[in-house]
Amino acid sequence: MSDKPEKFIDENGLRLDGRRVNEMRPMKMEIGVLTRADGSCYLEWGKNKVLAAVYGPRELHPRRLQKSDSALIRYRYNMAAFSVEERIRPGPSRRSIEISKVSREAFEPVVMTHLYPGAVIDVFAEVLQADAGTRTAAINAASMALADAGIPMKGLVSACAVGKVDGQLVLDLDKPEDNYGDADIPMAMTSDGEITLLQMDGDVTQEEFKKAIEMCKEGCRQILEMQKETLKKKFTKLEEVEISDDEEEVDVSALVECTLASEEEVDDVSEDALGEGATGDDEDLEDSDIEEDLEDSDIDEDLEDSDIEEDLEDSDIEEDLEDSDMADEDAEGDEEDELEESFRNLEETDIPEDDKEKIV
Amino acid sequence: MEREIVIPGQLLSENKTDSGPGTYVKDGNVYSLLYGVKNAKNKISVIPFSGKYIPSPGDYVIGTVIEVTPSNWIFDISSPYDGLLHVSEYPRRVDQDKMTEIMDFGGSALLRIKDVSSSMKVELTMRERGLRALNVGRIIEITPAKVPRVIGHGGSMVSLLKKETNCEIFVGQNGRIWIRGKDGEMDLLTEAIELIVKHSHKSGLTDRISLFLKGGDDVVSEKDEPFLKDDLAKDAEDECEIREETYRKVDALLEDDG
Repeated sequence: MSDKPEKFIDENGLRLDGRRVNEMRPMKMEIGVLTRADGSCYLEWGKNKVLAAVYGPRELHPRRLQKSDSALIRYRYNMAAFSVEERIRPGPSRRSIEISKVSREAFEPVVMTHLYPGAVIDVFAEVLQADAGTRTAAINAASMALADAGIPMKGLVSACAVGKVDGQLVLDLDKPEDNYGDADIPMAMTSDGEITLLQMDGDVTQEEFKKAIEMCKEGCRQILEMQKETLKKKFTKLEEVEISDDEEEVDVSALVECTLASEEEVDDVSEDALGEGATGDDEDLEDSDIEEDLEDSDIDEDLEDSDIEEDLEDSDIEEDLEDSDMADEDAEGDEEDELEESFRNLEETDIPEDDKEKIV
Repeated sequence: MEREIVIPGQLLSENKTDSGPGTYVKDGNVYSLLYGVKNAKNKISVIPFSGKYIPSPGDYVIGTVIEVTPSNWIFDISSPYDGLLHVSEYPRRVDQDKMTEIMDFGGSALLRIKDVSSSMKVELTMRERGLRALNVGRIIEITPAKVPRVIGHGGSMVSLLKKETNCEIFVGQNGRIWIRGKDGEMDLLTEAIELIVKHSHKSGLTDRISLFLKGGDDVVSEKDEPFLKDDLAKDAEDECEIREETYRKVDALLEDDG
């Protein structure tokens, strides 16, 4: 308790890390960071670093846990052993089990579990670096990961905390404020303003509590905006997003029938080919093979011309272009090259062999 | 047509009759359930970017045997729910002890979903023309959400792929695609399908793929060109900087000498 700050808020109304009372720590997030998971999100919030992964809906084992009318949500909140200065004993603890439970319940009202009876949706939230407010950070990350996994939800869930330090309510506590402050109220909210998680430790008056809820809601709204932005910007890099007119309307069955019908024909042909050796089809194929070969050899020649011994076409093209550019520049700037070289010579005591030649 | 990336909980319409797949109605307003692209044709629907395959009756799927019981083959259909194929749903009469001879653990088959119960018990059938066990070819897995793009408008994409690669293709609605042909052609087709999945949100997809299949690497170079240009521009800039810096240093050195 020796490192408790004397004052949390200075005379200018700024907190220890320079934030105003209603200002959050900077947050940044990225979705789709894990390729094996169905959905994932990496979130940094101040000094918090959280990674969330979603698997499912998938088959639930053991079967006795299955719910016949809806999917089960399993939420695992875990702090990495190295996430704080003092090593945390790995494995579930009283604290992490409790947080897992309340976080799961924060999602249950929004996830459309009844669409997947008997299945399970696994959410893993791993805290890599902790600096107070990790459960809210984990919920924000998990919400994004669920969206990324394509799981139907009524809305996104955002969470943040309000606390009391120096008798004043502040948004989004950091470590010292959490450790030595008077109260901590984490809260999660759906996008239409329903509160799905609310916890409190410490003490506040009724008025303060009401004010804290309002501050939390405002914080959650800000986070929701960031979440929306992150999700929307993922595909804006692509060209115009397009949905073909045929979505949903495709008469797949008719299509498959035609696929199957022609398949059988192809079957016959290929069997003939196998039986009788070369048929017309095969010759055609060979022709195209030869064409491909020719193309290949063309490329090879190009490679020889430019004296580049790399296999990748792309890089070759790149270098070709660069080379030609360089050539132009060489013509223009022989003088400056010489200057450059002489400069290098001055700086480096060893004169490179190339340069020697030129000097001679 | 209006196209827009939407997120869960986003208001799509104030008219509840607009609600289509991937949306829900609350207080007379339509909201999105999914993270995906809004499709505002007739009714508003949301096509997700990702998600698991959920079996529905009548769908064609490709399954892999994970268990053989005395009267059923149990198939993994890359969904949260396994599919059951009863021996009576096999086109021919099969004795119990011959079941593994027809399809054994690990084998794949083209199947149709006969029925899905409310508790998601999935019944499969093979009693239909063209459905059979698969012994040759390859199976590619893609996100089920992209299957409509691989099929294309009225099957245009599949026809194109078949025509250009001489491969047999069967697109299962569970995101598994069976292909069969010569090795090189299957490689090409696999690449083409990867390309479809990668560029599935862009316009002119069929043309792009057609170009890819006909002209070899045209699509790739077309795509990489801007990057190349950017890189070159950057390189040129870098060189300018170096040159200026060099001038300055040389000047300084000359001054020192003087």
